[in-house]
Amino acid sequence: MDMNEIKEIFFQECEEQLAELESGLLKLNDGDRDPETVNAVFRAVHSIKGGAGAFGLDDLVSFAHVFETTLDCVRSNKLEPTQDVLKVMLKSADVLADLVAASRDGGSVDETRTRGLVKELEALAHGDVPSPASHEAPKPAAKAPAAAPKAESPKPTDDSGFQPIPFTFDDFGSDEPAIEGSTYDIMFKPRRELYSKGNEAALLLRDLSRIGEMSINCDATALPALDKMDPEGSYFGWTISIKTAKSEDDLRAVFEFAEWDCDLEVKPSEAESSDEELPMIPVPFDLSALDDAPAVDDKAEETLAAAVAAAETASNVAKAAGAAARAEKKETAAAAAAQNNAAAAAAAAGQTIRVDLDRVDRLINLVGELVINQAMLSQSVVENDATGTSAVNIGLEELQQLTREIQDSVMAIRAQPVKPVFQRMSRIVREVADMVGKSIRLVTEGENTEVDKTVIDKIAEPLTHMIRNAVDHGIETPEKREAAGKDPEGTIKLTAKHRSGRILIELADDGGGINRERVKQKAIDNDLIAPDANLSDEEIDNLIFAPGFSTADTISDISGRGVGMDVVKRSIQALGGRISISSRPGLGSTFTMSLPLTLAVLDGMVVTVAGQTLVVPLTAIVETLQPEASAIHSFGATQRLISIRNSFCPLVDVGRILNFRSTQANPVEGVALLVESEGGGQRALMVDAIQGQRQVVIKSLEANYTHVPGIAAATILGDGRVALILDVDAVVAASRGQSLKAEMSLAATG
Amino acid sequence: MSMSYAVKNLVQGSQELIAFRIGDQEFCVNIMSVREIRGWTPATPMPHAPAYVMGIVNLRGAVLPIVDLSARLGMGEAEPTPRYVIIVAHMRERVVGLLVEAVSDILTITDENIQPVPEVSSDLERQCARGILAIDKRMICLIDLDWLFPEKESEAA
Amino acid sequence: MKKKVLTVDDSRTIRNMLLVTLNNAGFETIQAEDGVEGLEVLEGCNPDVIVTDINMPRLDGFGFIEGVRRNEKYRAVPILVLTTESDAEKKNRARQAGATGWIVKPFDPAKLIDAIERVTA
Repeated sequence: MDMNEIKEIFFQECEEQLAELESGLLKLNDGDRDPETVNAVFRAVHSIKGGAGAFGLDDLVSFAHVFETTLDCVRSNKLEPTQDVLKVMLKSADVLADLVAASRDGGSVDETRTRGLVKELEALAHGDVPSPASHEAPKPAAKAPAAAPKAESPKPTDDSGFQPIPFTFDDFGSDEPAIEGSTYDIMFKPRRELYSKGNEAALLLRDLSRIGEMSINCDATALPALDKMDPEGSYFGWTISIKTAKSEDDLRAVFEFAEWDCDLEVKPSEAESSDEELPMIPVPFDLSALDDAPAVDDKAEETLAAAVAAAETASNVAKAAGAAARAEKKETAAAAAAQNNAAAAAAAAGQTIRVDLDRVDRLINLVGELVINQAMLSQSVVENDATGTSAVNIGLEELQQLTREIQDSVMAIRAQPVKPVFQRMSRIVREVADMVGKSIRLVTEGENTEVDKTVIDKIAEPLTHMIRNAVDHGIETPEKREAAGKDPEGTIKLTAKHRSGRILIELADDGGGINRERVKQKAIDNDLIAPDANLSDEEIDNLIFAPGFSTADTISDISGRGVGMDVVKRSIQALGGRISISSRPGLGSTFTMSLPLTLAVLDGMVVTVAGQTLVVPLTAIVETLQPEASAIHSFGATQRLISIRNSFCPLVDVGRILNFRSTQANPVEGVALLVESEGGGQRALMVDAIQGQRQVVIKSLEANYTHVPGIAAATILGDGRVALILDVDAVVAASRGQSLKAEMSLAATG
Repeated sequence: MSMSYAVKNLVQGSQELIAFRIGDQEFCVNIMSVREIRGWTPATPMPHAPAYVMGIVNLRGAVLPIVDLSARLGMGEAEPTPRYVIIVAHMRERVVGLLVEAVSDILTITDENIQPVPEVSSDLERQCARGILAIDKRMICLIDLDWLFPEKESEAA
Repeated sequence: MKKKVLTVDDSRTIRNMLLVTLNNAGFETIQAEDGVEGLEVLEGCNPDVIVTDINMPRLDGFGFIEGVRRNEKYRAVPILVLTTESDAEKKNRARQAGATGWIVKPFDPAKLIDAIERVTA
């Protein structure tokens, strides 16, 4: 592992911490006052700051520090987390996320905004309670407390006196220090606490000896008779004379960890005048050494060795306390053990491990192959023993069951809660609402509903677009809402739940609902429907998904980026999902998305087309029909329509579209699959026969080949052969040609 | 049936090639590109594919496209019999199966054995070959695997 | 013999940095993600020195240090507090809980090693 990999881990971790931060802040916003929530929020920012410091990401450190300071005020109950305070904090969380992204991907953040928030945060930390109006226009002069950029000077980020260890053992290991410097007298007398905190007098003396030339005098006068000795007591003291180039502060720094638990005096040696050139005067052993430096050295070393030995004895004595004190400490030990057990139980409840996604995918692939293999085996056994009663058959059935369970379990490994995506949405609501001057609350429900990671990754974008739409167009302005007798603050509710093997995501707003008159007019203006079309309310509502439809009269910055609901619908369908809308005028609209739980397997209908086996995703199929000759109507030279309960639906010969045959098949000899298409209309796909339904493992065609129009992917069937999975939308689109208007109105009026 | 070839300690500058027959001509590819050789199994045809893409087969759970080398070289579409083999080869980041009549030889050559492709009038022949080998009075064309198959998202559509 | 260091930190980033730094310096490193796990791991690993963070979920650094000091077997093990806390009060609390010394994050690898050398024989 190198620093770059650790940096990658750091950014991953930042994402997690940012999610934690936001969800905590939102909980606080909802009135949660659990201290652990505040702690978690604090820890998230703190942790980002810690890691950022390690990589010298100074902008991130500075901002995180200010944020952390304000959060600490909340943590210590100095600052009440009111809605206004939390508003600032949520914005700060957004800025923090931007700073993380900028540190990771390069690029810059809005500095004015950052500086503004730094001001606001600092004001909060100083007890200035904000008023809702005071959020804006901080002067750009504000600057976060500067963070020292260099690693060699680990930074105290404030002036509280908590300094980093000033280790400066530059001459570490140098045996012949050519000492030029001053001489200091040190009196050092440890108290028993020094030993109980894991410090060792001997080690301190050793360290001291490394920064200068010294002589030590051990004072053991306090040592009592053995029988009176407290095994954990401290009885030795030392006086040291040291000549060093280091400063007095450096000497004190050696005792940094110990200074609270000892009597310590460090002062320039009295024997030394202000004349720096005077040679060192060792005390108190051998004043004659003045004229005999080498002799002093030897002597000093001996003395040092003796003193260190004494110190070691002292600490050994302290250590020996263990056995002696055991009996009376039993109770404490038992208590500690009990605590350990409780902790272990708590840990077992939510244990997780981190696994590389590649490993999971490899497992999923292998299980996919196992499923295919098992199916192949079953098929060949059935072919050889049609009675289905042999022991082999029974064993195979069990194998099939087990295989299915293994597959489900493996898929569950990839399952992730939708929470991170939902959390992202709350930021979008905040930002867009701010932009359009609306006051909107996002309520989420079922965030822990799990779905395959690939699905999660792919729903974020359409969901973002829908949220923007809901904020921009769905919810009315506060004035309008008040005039209509509604709460001026609008609510958007985002819900996730499992239903019959799929995930259902609902996005509900309490806005004005769809203006059907306007939607219909717009559809007529855009040639999407005939002027005289007679549409149900539901059909009108669903027109917003039609390609080229946009509800906003004016294209706004927020949702008018040339992307309509048709694109949202298409991306949901690309995932094997469906989307619909229901709306009540004056009360709001609800979008409902239903998505598969995984993109690795698919429930399909296995069909035959021109001698080839194809799989049609079950989700696309509305119903299957056996067409009767009387229901088939020619329409113009090439088109044929099928009448289904008095509505006319275009027939699409799948074999023709895929170029598997050159002439159209006779519909009466085949089966029609009624499918839902993009524009809200339906198509009847003609296939020759239905073989059955089964779950298939999706295999990429692009990996070794290329994208094939009309084909979504491939799969491997029970006989080991490859079958193609039909891309229903693409087939329908290919069949549509130019006749969009006619088909839309037909489908809608039908 | 499937064989695999271990690459032995080769003399510096020498390489091993797998030679195979299409019609009455011989071609070869570098053994380093070859993953395995399999027997012919019927392929699932692909819609809108060029004529030389016979379809796809299942290679231990992965989808493997099969290129009819004869068709690709403009020598007419193959009518595979069970004697035909598929040379499974790496090309760039893809794995592709090459349908050929039979593997005829394994050759150890040095770079000096490879002659440049002569200036012939047809683009196809010039582009498909990396060089020409003369071995035992035979002429063997060293196929440029990268040429064989369209870049992703291009021709096949 | 390699010196054994137990590190306790909830940040994966910091854990990895510690791991790399300590392994490079020839220490054997055992890691825990929070105080609770730290106390669990402690029993089996017999460390020469412990490096712990302060702000951690489940059991923070103070609680962890107290837990170690209450443990008959490990109460004399040097404990270095590794934290960004710049608050003198936190430092005091760590000391009162029984910390041997402290290191301010972000740490320079050389300084971390120095600090460890300083409290171990």
